[in-house]
Amino acid sequence: MPAPPDRPSDSTHADGLGRDVLVERPSEALLASELEGLVVDGELIPVAAIEADPKAHRHKLGVGAWLAIVWMALMVGMAILAPILPVGDPEETISAEEIREQGNCVTVERLGREIEQCNIAARGPFADDGGAPGYLLGGDGNGRSMAARLVYGARTSLFVATGAVLVGFVFGGSLGLIAGYFGGKIDTVLTGMFNVLLSIPAIILALALVSFLAPQSSEGAGVDPPWWRSSSMILIYAIGVVAIPLLGRITRAATLTWSQREFVLAARAQGAKNARIMIREVLPNVLPAMLSITLLGIAVAIVAEGALSILGVGVRPPTPSWGNIIALDRAYLLTGAPHIVLEPATLIFVTVLSLNYLGDVVRARFDVREAGI
Amino acid sequence: MLRLIASRILQFVLVLWLVATFTFLLIRLIPGDPVDVIVPTRRIPGSVAAERAKEVRRDLGLDKPFVVQYVKYLGNVATGDLGRDYGSGRPVTDTLKTALPVSLQLMLYAQILALTFAIPLGVFTAYRAGTRADRAVNATAFGMLAMPNFVLGLLLAFIVGAELKWLPTSGYSPGWLDPLFSNRTMDLGPHIESMILPAFTLAVGQIAVYMRLLRSDMIATLQENFITMARSKGLSDRRILWRHALRPSSITLLTVAGLNVGTLIGGAVVIEVIFGLGGMGKAIVFALNQKQYVSLQSLILVLAALFVLVNFLVDALYTVVDPRIRRARAA
Repeated sequence: MPAPPDRPSDSTHADGLGRDVLVERPSEALLASELEGLVVDGELIPVAAIEADPKAHRHKLGVGAWLAIVWMALMVGMAILAPILPVGDPEETISAEEIREQGNCVTVERLGREIEQCNIAARGPFADDGGAPGYLLGGDGNGRSMAARLVYGARTSLFVATGAVLVGFVFGGSLGLIAGYFGGKIDTVLTGMFNVLLSIPAIILALALVSFLAPQSSEGAGVDPPWWRSSSMILIYAIGVVAIPLLGRITRAATLTWSQREFVLAARAQGAKNARIMIREVLPNVLPAMLSITLLGIAVAIVAEGALSILGVGVRPPTPSWGNIIALDRAYLLTGAPHIVLEPATLIFVTVLSLNYLGDVVRARFDVREAGI
Repeated sequence: MLRLIASRILQFVLVLWLVATFTFLLIRLIPGDPVDVIVPTRRIPGSVAAERAKEVRRDLGLDKPFVVQYVKYLGNVATGDLGRDYGSGRPVTDTLKTALPVSLQLMLYAQILALTFAIPLGVFTAYRAGTRADRAVNATAFGMLAMPNFVLGLLLAFIVGAELKWLPTSGYSPGWLDPLFSNRTMDLGPHIESMILPAFTLAVGQIAVYMRLLRSDMIATLQENFITMARSKGLSDRRILWRHALRPSSITLLTVAGLNVGTLIGGAVVIEVIFGLGGMGKAIVFALNQKQYVSLQSLILVLAALFVLVNFLVDALYTVVDPRIRRARAA
């Protein structure tokens, strides 16, 4: 039997939503089940980082990491520069004349009358007719440019995902910091709150929040809601709330260990106030642990937006997001225009892959394990 | 021991109560007057809608003080009254009778599939840790984790369903669990056919999670003294792996398999919509589209309660499986 490499006594894994979850060894498993639930805390050691030589990781980025960085730069660039990129308007539909010119209309006879049938969606780049002229990446089910929709979709998807993680980061982070620093009753209450939020399946919680926050009363129908109540912002709140307990527990665990250290005692001896100690002494040390799961969090949030779109509570059309492009036109996958689904699906997949990979690299670099001990 | 069980059950009830409180507050989250959203045109006096608005308001108890509403809601939930749809007057429990077994079976199949694939893969990669085969399996698992389940479901429906025409891409036939809930009759052949793609879709992400987890636990176990002992006795590698190493390595897997039910519930809801299975996901989407907020509230409550229940059971299961935990807890 080959000698297995060293590993620390705890193991982590990413659960289906991609959150990383620390699982304690059997002897401590009772802890994990004391409705602490699963210890989602502190230590986050990706399996990849365990085997790989940490030194190699520390000094040089591999090819994979560079590919991931380039991809992410591309996506972020696309999202930011969307209005000045030559892709056109994502909400503009193609006119009937244009479709006719491109030869996508056939005249059929039905019930003794001649009817013109136009296929606006089948104009994918890989269509049977060798790619009809028209949009670069084909058209969607409503004859809108896929290229434009994907670029603007990147904008929406990344905005929602980053915003949601930011909400989780700020609120979960501060609550975790407070819980870990003060301990006692405050800790019990906050940890209990995190546990209750975690006891509702993540997607279901987000779905519940979006569906009850989003509806407009009849008075407001037809009027655009203010920006802070647009469907993108509602999604940010909902996914952000789901992220709060996860980030909260990680921050709390890291804070617990750091606030025991001598320099905190020293600061206190010098008469520093709690708020100052928390922000100036503890926070900078806790930050790496928080930041290292931020990238993973964004990946999870992108997928969550997609899943919510499928359930009908994603970003409201006509604004495109990667998720709602798929959700809106998924029927076309089976009826001759698979490119409408395959294109955004590829973008989501490669982006999530890149973010997961970079998340692991960042964790290995910061060596979050130190913070956990 | 008895005290332990009592405290467990108390905790279970406490969490259920908090979850019910959460769903109670949901309908009050609706900006403005919830009745406005449920019955949009109630402003026209004397219309059917105006009458229904009154009915909705009475039914939600919105005309009573907040505390009364809350107590009444908890009482209703405790007695199994989950409200009813406006318009049809159909009780939500009726919807549940047809929807719940579909989702439960889907999750069960996915879990079984995931473990069937993940355990051998985990054992194999731990045994061959560091080799090319191990790295290949791990890289695949990493890729699988980046594949959103709705994308995978759509792709499988496209390739296996539409292109190869091997399996149906939508529709559901009742299985063994449905007759227990409703009067649908079992139709096992088509049932299995209709469930293969959804269950596999749901399982793929879990396979990667479970495999990676078992692998790292197994690698640790293989370094223990009792494994060296077993080897020095001349036992075969196979026997050591499956008989000696797997069991102590699998307790973490059990925890995570239980906790992952939350992910599984979320995944099932999405996948049902993609494959047109009439489960909880379909029911939720329907309730959303019809603005049946009472129904939606109850469906969410049931799914959350299901997750809490599974965690409670897994917790209880531990105590049975691992005597060390039993002793430690009692102390």
